[in-house]
Amino acid sequence: MSKVLIKGNEAVVRGAILAGCRNYFGYPITPASEIAETAALYFPRVGGGFLQAESEIGAINMVYGAAAAGVRVMTASSSPGISLKMEGISYIAGAELPCVIIDIMRGGPGLGNIAPEQGDYNQIVKGGGHGNYKLIVLAPNSAQEMSDLTMLAFELADKYRNPAVVLADGYIGQMMEPVKFPQPVTSFPEKDWALKATRETRDNLVTSIDLDPDLLEKHNEKLQKKYAIIEENEVRFEEYRLDDAEIILMAFGIVSRLVQGAVDELRALGIKVGMLRPITLFPFPKKQIQEYAAKSSVKYFHIFEMNNGQMLDDVRLVLNGSKPVKFYGRMGGNVHSVKEIIEQVMKEMREL
Amino acid sequence: MSVSSKILQKSESFYNAYERKQGGDPISTHYCPGCGHGIVHKLIAEALDDFGVQDKGILISPVGCSVFAYYYFDVGNIQAAHGRAPAVGTGYSRANPDSIVICYQGDGDLAAIGANEIIQAANRGEKMTVIFVNNAIYGMTGGQMAPTTLIAQRTTTTPLGRNAENEGYPLRMSEIISTLEAPVYVARTKISDTKSINATRKAIRKAIKAQVDGRGFSFVEILSACPTGWKMSPRESEVWIEEIMAKYFNPGIYKDTIDTRQPKIQQKLIVDPKDYHELLDISTASLSSLEGVLPVPPVQEMIEEIKIAGFGGQGVLSLGYVMANIAMGHNYEVSWLPSYGPEMRGGTANCSVKVSHKRIGAPVVAHPTTLIALNKPSMAKFENEITSNGIIIYDNSLIDTAPQRKDVQVYAVPATELADKIGSTKSANMVMLGAYAALRGYLDTAYIEWAIPQIIKKKKLQELNIQAFKTGMEHIKELLKKCVN
Repeated sequence: MSKVLIKGNEAVVRGAILAGCRNYFGYPITPASEIAETAALYFPRVGGGFLQAESEIGAINMVYGAAAAGVRVMTASSSPGISLKMEGISYIAGAELPCVIIDIMRGGPGLGNIAPEQGDYNQIVKGGGHGNYKLIVLAPNSAQEMSDLTMLAFELADKYRNPAVVLADGYIGQMMEPVKFPQPVTSFPEKDWALKATRETRDNLVTSIDLDPDLLEKHNEKLQKKYAIIEENEVRFEEYRLDDAEIILMAFGIVSRLVQGAVDELRALGIKVGMLRPITLFPFPKKQIQEYAAKSSVKYFHIFEMNNGQMLDDVRLVLNGSKPVKFYGRMGGNVHSVKEIIEQVMKEMREL
Repeated sequence: MSVSSKILQKSESFYNAYERKQGGDPISTHYCPGCGHGIVHKLIAEALDDFGVQDKGILISPVGCSVFAYYYFDVGNIQAAHGRAPAVGTGYSRANPDSIVICYQGDGDLAAIGANEIIQAANRGEKMTVIFVNNAIYGMTGGQMAPTTLIAQRTTTTPLGRNAENEGYPLRMSEIISTLEAPVYVARTKISDTKSINATRKAIRKAIKAQVDGRGFSFVEILSACPTGWKMSPRESEVWIEEIMAKYFNPGIYKDTIDTRQPKIQQKLIVDPKDYHELLDISTASLSSLEGVLPVPPVQEMIEEIKIAGFGGQGVLSLGYVMANIAMGHNYEVSWLPSYGPEMRGGTANCSVKVSHKRIGAPVVAHPTTLIALNKPSMAKFENEITSNGIIIYDNSLIDTAPQRKDVQVYAVPATELADKIGSTKSANMVMLGAYAALRGYLDTAYIEWAIPQIIKKKKLQELNIQAFKTGMEHIKELLKKCVN
């Protein structure tokens, strides 16, 4: 398998096509635009469809329509654009349609800037749209994972009839790294719920409305059961030098790359640190965190994010006071340096 | 079947019993007495029957009283968010062009919250038929003002009557849509008596037939009664349509180019998955596909952080891209990160390249070990960021003041001048590549010469680029000789 030096944003599109995605609907926004540009070039080549929508709202509703037809479909945007898509995402989750959404996060709130941030954690992992829904959320930390996790997102979306999000940031989208692409997926799950404009599927209905509170409650309970199954089966995470770690550093996405570098340098100084990196943000690696928290050797958790501490809340909920939690975040499009992370770890060590 | 028996019989495209409607009465609809939706439903169902497209039919119901159109239509049903039916229809129709898509919308849905979606779908000429029921009021939410509410008309949110000063004027959607190039059929009809229902029947059939024949986007606006919202009897409502509504919203055919439009032929491109890697430029873009053809030196332990900066157009980003590719070909871990966004359009560009024997952390280079500066502002910006003992390579044909730092190695390479002599200013970046390779020494010269044309595929520049690369190398060798002497 040969390597290609490629941008994360371009890797997403190739991964999507290799995963059998055939329709792309999107709206340009920095730093996600290469995804639309690459899709515009490659989707038609493989017999797929690309359409630049009139708006983010238009795009996500086109995704809703195409997903109802049973095809693999995607859209991509960046933070302010994702905010606009929230209405459609809630409908898609409510109607239980599979689709893949890529969010190349940038600085916020508001127009913010186009530098990388992780401030969308809450709107993607905790909702953003209305209602009791969950998205499957995958957080790549390399161009390779932009392709791999996009492919996985399509698989999980179909498996659970649920929208799946690849949550990346401006750096992961913009940087080039060597990527190995697998062979295309050629077998797909049967979607007997889809509307195929045939007699057999005529009775299928794609909707999110139910006026009867009892029935809507039942539907919601069914969704919660599904989310519980996802939590049971689909947790993915990376453990790095955790075996004898006394301090557990946690980060997702690009920050995990920096934290990993910091772990190496701290280890070289004889400090027992390791990294636990959630790859899936929903489902969140609750059990794994609890297992580490239960170890008497583990002193505390230290969370690094490019936001105001959004994943931090989830870690605190999981730990429920069982171990102390420290946090160091950067915002506005600033990225931690490895040196900064090391300094913060040393500082907290001294204070404890 | 005669018209009269058709009118009396239930259409095939309706369910026999409306099981989806909760509440125990599967025979009647949820619409109020005198409401126009039932009639419009009937006309659509009948047309779907007659054109034999019930199985292919996809009905997209809006938010509004007709949100429950799927109770009745025995076709594929999708319920859409408020105003988004044309976008949902677009998605469906693109994913499955072999379908008949009917977007059913009310006035708030289509002309207020969904005004953009309808205009854009119409303008793209999406393969769909939009049925727009205009009753000048929000029915489902309880009688609020619609974008088509008439001047002086009282609603719950215009208790004193719609006032143009405050609320503007009622929107004439058929007129607006008929100005667009793509739609093939745009008509406004009313349902206030038998004659007008017949005209509506004709318009709906024509619109759906246009889609069946593959002609494109068709649109029928229907002036329709909402006796409940209007607080009138059904009979008074009919009179109001005739005497008030139809005076502002003139019925008529606003556009009909069905016969002049060639049917769109949907040719489906079938591609063998085996060809994907080639079609996606994966197999062809890969340097390591020729792995082993040329031997490369063993990987050294190092972390090289390179910043390349200059004007846009000097090949700053592509120099970084070539370097990263070549280092990848030498089995190093690499990353390449451009400055992106508005920064790029300000005339300066820079990129960060990292090369290492081990996995790279952050792709951004804050403190370069090597700076390649191609213009003065870049030198000013990055000179102080370089690590001690780092290297500065700068284009002294464009930068007239040498860097001040004493703790770094500085090499002046008149890259632009040398490239000009070869015959292309554009190759200045490859002169710099030669200088870099000569100074750092971990990249194989023969490999680079082989790789340059694999990476920069412009035929015209291939020879020049290799020559430029050699020139850059020679220049450094000469400089180093002088130093030794």
